Amino acid sequence: MLRFIAKRIGLSLVTLFIVSMIVFIMMSIMPGDLAKQTLGRDATPEAYEIWNKEKGLDKPLVVQYGVWIGGVMTGDLGMSFQYEQPVSEILGPAASKSAQLAIVALILIAPISILGGVIAAMNRGKRIDRVLTVGGLSAAVIPEFVWSVVLILVFGVAIRVFPVSAFPDEENPNIINSIYHLLLPSIALLFVLFGYISRITRAGVIEALDSDYMRTAVLKGLSRKTAVFRHVLRNALLPTIAVIATQVPYLAGGLIAIERVFNYPGFGNILMDAVVARDFSLLQTAVFLVGLVIICFQLIADVLFAVLNPRIRQRVTE
Amino acid sequence: MKDSTNSEAKKLVLAERLTVLKKNKAFVVGASILGFWIFCSIFSKFMVRFDQDAMDFESINSPPSLKFWFGTDSTGRDVYSRVIIGARIIMIISFIATALGAFVGASLGLIAGYLKGKFDMVLMRILEAISAIPVIIIALLAVAAIGRSSTVITVLIIGFIFTPNVARTVRAAVLGESELEYVAAAKLRTEKTAHILFREILPNVLPTLIVEFTVRLGYAIFAVATLSFLGVGLEAGSPDWGTQVADTWDKIFTNIWWPTLFPAVAIASVAVSINLISDALLEVFEL
Repeated sequence: MLRFIAKRIGLSLVTLFIVSMIVFIMMSIMPGDLAKQTLGRDATPEAYEIWNKEKGLDKPLVVQYGVWIGGVMTGDLGMSFQYEQPVSEILGPAASKSAQLAIVALILIAPISILGGVIAAMNRGKRIDRVLTVGGLSAAVIPEFVWSVVLILVFGVAIRVFPVSAFPDEENPNIINSIYHLLLPSIALLFVLFGYISRITRAGVIEALDSDYMRTAVLKGLSRKTAVFRHVLRNALLPTIAVIATQVPYLAGGLIAIERVFNYPGFGNILMDAVVARDFSLLQTAVFLVGLVIICFQLIADVLFAVLNPRIRQRVTE
Repeated sequence: MKDSTNSEAKKLVLAERLTVLKKNKAFVVGASILGFWIFCSIFSKFMVRFDQDAMDFESINSPPSLKFWFGTDSTGRDVYSRVIIGARIIMIISFIATALGAFVGASLGLIAGYLKGKFDMVLMRILEAISAIPVIIIALLAVAAIGRSSTVITVLIIGFIFTPNVARTVRAAVLGESELEYVAAAKLRTEKTAHILFREILPNVLPTLIVEFTVRLGYAIFAVATLSFLGVGLEAGSPDWGTQVADTWDKIFTNIWWPTLFPAVAIASVAVSINLISDALLEVFEL
């Protein structure tokens, strides 16, 4: 087991290294004079030179890469070109905002999706199973911004039960109020993620329903429902958690559109602003951190799977 | 002799699967919706009722009516005509981008799955790294790097991002195939590697590739719509659906919902139709 984990961590580090290379290369080889763009066309050539020197852009690319990645590793995320502020001071609060949204969303999404999967599995082949499975996956392919806009239209404008901004009122900043404001964006995420998560739960529950221990439990006289909740869920839940772990980071991509629509000052919104302003120093670190989080979650998911299923463990170490 | 009976048997299997497909309700619904939008994108010129950019200042923000089926937006443009024209843009971009990703990905997957070894290992690491960054974010990164957004760049980016997924799927299928006898037989006949890859193995992994193509096409619609909504996908002012939603959606607070809702529903209907099709294909091909 330890050998498996060590090997898996090694592979993740390699992937992470390649991610950093891709991000750095994309931010470095493209044409476009950053100094000119930031200082304006009227600045003197000397001013450009000083600016480039200040930002370390006059050094060879290898050195620039080393300085950047070394800084990130030691917690120094550099300065943002756009804000003239440390990147960490900008990304930190934004990331915590996004995390709040993600947590509220997950607390909503996980139980509903798991329940959906269990209901589908217990009614395998019946109409309700088809509706949940096909409906869930169809909802998942509709972009987040479409869901967001439609939800605002229905619940924020037509029947006015939810606030249309994800940010709580300044005069009323308690937790309940904050969560209330995060509900609508969370529902948008629910539509996108329900299909994936419930499908995995469904598969796990179906596998468990066909197992010997389930037959024993039913023979023992347990009702099907009790047996499912007492025995099956425990076995079907762990793969579901692993899938949620691999899906969580993809929230990052979807969060950009959702935070944009709900005007929420999170990581996605900052990222989008950095794109518009071409703030490369902020952008490359932010994207690298997204990659880091995703790779960590995938690592956790893989280790979880391996703990559950010794066959996988063997395959990777071989 | 044996070859011809073999290909005839294959045709029979294909015909049988098509019959099954025609009876699949999800497939029929999906194909009808997608067919409608393809029809719109080909014959949009005959279907629009007004020029998509013509501004009628006397009927700004007018609700759906007999004259303006889907109403007009804040500059008096006919929403119905813009939705019809928008179909062509998203369809063509998504299709070309997916085809690009499928072509490059399938080629890499074929080679990696067949050659295995070091090439396979290095390629898989790189592809894994690319897919560790969400599609939208890597696209945003590229747009920022290039400094402007255009249709061509969007096509290239989405094609590039889909390459790993296609490559991985095809590679897995090829790994299974390359153990089979017909590959060994072709090797014994000293066929060229390219011949074995594209004439022997490719036809047998084609169903996998087709399903993967439709799945990716759905994601391409998703990505193109999202990027243009964020204002980085296409040229500014383009009458595509994502841009229409982005340009109009702040008006829904004043109850002017029609310029936003119709393109939003259009995006949803295309995405869902493609999902229904790929789902049905998966079932019928028993992948």
